[in-house]
Amino acid sequence: MSASNWEVVIGLETHAQLSTVSKIFSGAATAFGAAPNTQACAVDIALPGVLPVLNRGAVERAIRFGLAVGGRIAPRSVFARKNYFYPDLPKGYQISQYELPVVGGGSVSVRVGDEERTIRLTRAHLEEDAGKSLHEDFHGRTGIDLNRAGTPLLEIVSEPELRSAAEAVAYARTLHALVRWIDICDGNLQEGSFRCDANVSLRRPGAPLGTRCEIKNLNSFRFLERAIEFEVRRQIDILEDGGSIVQETRLYDPDRDETRSMRSKEDAQDYRYFPDPDLLPLDIDAGWIDAVRTTMPELPGAMRLRFQEQYGLSAYDAATLTAQREIARFFQDTLDCAGAELAKPVANWILGEVSARLNREELDLSRAPVAPAQLAGLVRRIADGTLSNALGKKVFDALWNGKGATADEIIERQALKQITDESALERIIDEVLAANQKSVEEFRAGKEKAFNALVGQAMKATRGKANPQQINDLLRRRLGS
Amino acid sequence: MINESLVQLGGRLRTREVSSVELTTAFLERIARLNPVLNAFITVDRERTLAQAREADARLGRGEGGPLTGIPVAHKDIFCARGWRTTCGSRMLSNFVSPYDAHVVERLAGAGAVCLGKTNMDEFAMGSSNETSHFGPVKNPWNTAMVSGGSSGGSAAAVAARLAPGATGTDTGGSIRQPAALCGLTGLKPTYGVVSRYGMIAFASSLDQGGPMARSAQDCALLLNSMSGFDPRDSTSLERPAEDYSRGVDAARDPDRPLVGLTVGLPKEFFGPGMDADVAAAVEAAIAEVRRLGAQTVDIGLPNMELSIPVYYVLAPAEASSNLSRFDGVRYGHRSAQFDDLMDMYCRTRAEGFGDEVKRRILIGTYVLSHGYYDAYYLQAQKLRRLIAQDFVAAFRHCDVIMGPTSPTVAFALGARSADPVQMYLSDIYTIAVNLAGLPGMSIPCGFGGHGLPVGLQIIGNYFDEARMIEVAHRYQQVTDWHLRAPAL
Repeated sequence: MSASNWEVVIGLETHAQLSTVSKIFSGAATAFGAAPNTQACAVDIALPGVLPVLNRGAVERAIRFGLAVGGRIAPRSVFARKNYFYPDLPKGYQISQYELPVVGGGSVSVRVGDEERTIRLTRAHLEEDAGKSLHEDFHGRTGIDLNRAGTPLLEIVSEPELRSAAEAVAYARTLHALVRWIDICDGNLQEGSFRCDANVSLRRPGAPLGTRCEIKNLNSFRFLERAIEFEVRRQIDILEDGGSIVQETRLYDPDRDETRSMRSKEDAQDYRYFPDPDLLPLDIDAGWIDAVRTTMPELPGAMRLRFQEQYGLSAYDAATLTAQREIARFFQDTLDCAGAELAKPVANWILGEVSARLNREELDLSRAPVAPAQLAGLVRRIADGTLSNALGKKVFDALWNGKGATADEIIERQALKQITDESALERIIDEVLAANQKSVEEFRAGKEKAFNALVGQAMKATRGKANPQQINDLLRRRLGS
Repeated sequence: MINESLVQLGGRLRTREVSSVELTTAFLERIARLNPVLNAFITVDRERTLAQAREADARLGRGEGGPLTGIPVAHKDIFCARGWRTTCGSRMLSNFVSPYDAHVVERLAGAGAVCLGKTNMDEFAMGSSNETSHFGPVKNPWNTAMVSGGSSGGSAAAVAARLAPGATGTDTGGSIRQPAALCGLTGLKPTYGVVSRYGMIAFASSLDQGGPMARSAQDCALLLNSMSGFDPRDSTSLERPAEDYSRGVDAARDPDRPLVGLTVGLPKEFFGPGMDADVAAAVEAAIAEVRRLGAQTVDIGLPNMELSIPVYYVLAPAEASSNLSRFDGVRYGHRSAQFDDLMDMYCRTRAEGFGDEVKRRILIGTYVLSHGYYDAYYLQAQKLRRLIAQDFVAAFRHCDVIMGPTSPTVAFALGARSADPVQMYLSDIYTIAVNLAGLPGMSIPCGFGGHGLPVGLQIIGNYFDEARMIEVAHRYQQVTDWHLRAPAL
């Protein structure tokens, strides 16, 4: 039996750190990178007698997410305690949501290659993060940093509907873009603001779900992809050899590119979930949801359709422009300056030259040296014939390198304006013809190649500022062909 | 002076007839003399206390004194107080100095009250005799061979023995009312949510409520005025307008029949077998007195009350098992001196830091929350809890307050029930249902039983009806002197 007879079943649990200023149950700051334990207040370190108070900002972000994915926002959800002992879990329990999560259902639309798939979500719930155990630098002892303890998280659980590592990554990227799009998470992967656990199992097509393994704490899309790929191969090998999968939690080791067993189901803890008596049930009324709804930005799906309909962009371009909110915003801002009729060239410039330069220089769009208004000025000058495409690239280059504030300034200063005046061009052509009699004769003898040489000479004489098509036309007229 | 009420002492302080330092010193001297016998205080810090008294005197000198300014008050050692060792009666916290004030401590200090010290209690408030304290049992001032009751036994004994004119307590299943009854004082557990739990070390969060312990209902009202109020740091604190709990005390009434118009419900479940005859006699005499003051009585039923002990002993340990998880030796409190690894550190720390009763309840609580048992125990108990509360709602359609015994017996001998936890749990048979329902409950002295030990009358009110309960108790105390009797020490 071959590997292709197995169906891969993947579900992701994603922890998105919510972008609140303070923690989910205390007033301490959530900023990343502070000195250890400087952002842990009495509540975070779980002194005797302290109590949690829910941060409404975290709830509002959960509502935003629920609205964005079309989920059900629970009118009443309940915080529960998940009990286990660990040194970086100060209370000995994590406050999470268990039976009644804040968001139920919903879905996200994911593109894998040319195919578009809808991935359904099981739920999304609010919970607090734990602190960090630091095993280095303490001479065999473990340090505890509780700055992260109590940071608000939204755990987003997908249905097991993903069928490949590529699909899982596409889903994770879509979700990552979405939480940033709706301003609930900064999406910073290095700082752990967005991390995934992957549940992977195999089955024969149509068969019931197989035994799954959970790979914990994947904080990059590359690790997610490789961990799943490794895990799928591992499970296929076991099953093909007639073995069976043991349900367990595994960790991905990027240095060895493999997953390793962390704990098996037998060691799984009994978390003794029960409703947290220190917190009232979370009631969200329609008024709150409506108030949040009015602050929602246009969502990527709707924006994509609008770009296709309103600006006549291709499905691919519209999808690419709405893959991230920064790109969409850059596009929209550029268009606001350039005019809607230039949507296609603006899209081409952003998806072409701009993104190529960003990639080459490993920059974020937010740090692109060319601003939307500058790009709009450039595209307008190409559209009105002032610049050829080739000259446009030169001007873009100059803008990128800070050699001018606007396209017009650069055109002026470097005298890059396209020469369209026919009499001026005819003078230049006459000079070129006089200097290249040999080519003229060859052309007259029927050598088409010689004509191209003459065009090249003419363009050279204009220092590239002429429109090649116009040169072409004038030359032919001059040569009487 | 030590026999005077808070109201009287406050008057003397404001007229500068006596200074807070003088008053506080008198109590500190009494503590120094009698605490070795009674063991009512775990921590006394003379200098810290006197510094507060001097501050209060300065306020009084500027004419800024309120009803409690300069009055020394003892805090149950379950309340965190900044700079004070706060042990909760446990070895686990025997070295813990709190860096912050509980809401209750903050409020009383803000009113100018002076912290006289931290009183003894059952470990983590788990007990009904004060014998589970790591710091040794509290002795009953009426007879030092007897228990003080618990868990607020130190506060009860301190007030009864005139080591403090008033004290704070907490009540999860009767921990204010039962020791108040056994020591002959007035104690009030408010409606759940009236007093913030912030800074009050949690035993069972959905049941815990702080409250005042003093000699009279009027003094309790004074303390409660200060202790209550909305606190945004406790999500279960109720946002309600401030109340003057003394307002009924001051209201004009027919002096002979001040309780006319009041209907007192007498649950038949409170007067059945189980209550000792001496307690029954005192309680029935008190009810007769209440009738004489103009109240009507009606028989009512609380059919699910018999379930309250089993329900309580599922829910309270369940919450406690989780609440006590933070005592792990990692950040503060006791940590075992020697251990092999992390798990060993946890095990040894908690084995050494917790006493038997606490361990028993952690085990029960862990069990009832475990996978496969949760529905049968925890969920079932929550359902029954609602039935118990509904019994009261139904009963209050027919009466204004409910009366009965606080405890089925007078104070029992030290050691008499230590070996039998279930027998000990039955001490709270009349008080626990009130916590499960979240209602306010009160105990006032109503006579003496065997061996000259005090008997308490329990008054249960409807939600937020503390002021009426206080008034009823006050009218009774105006025509009786049980609350003025002092033990011979």
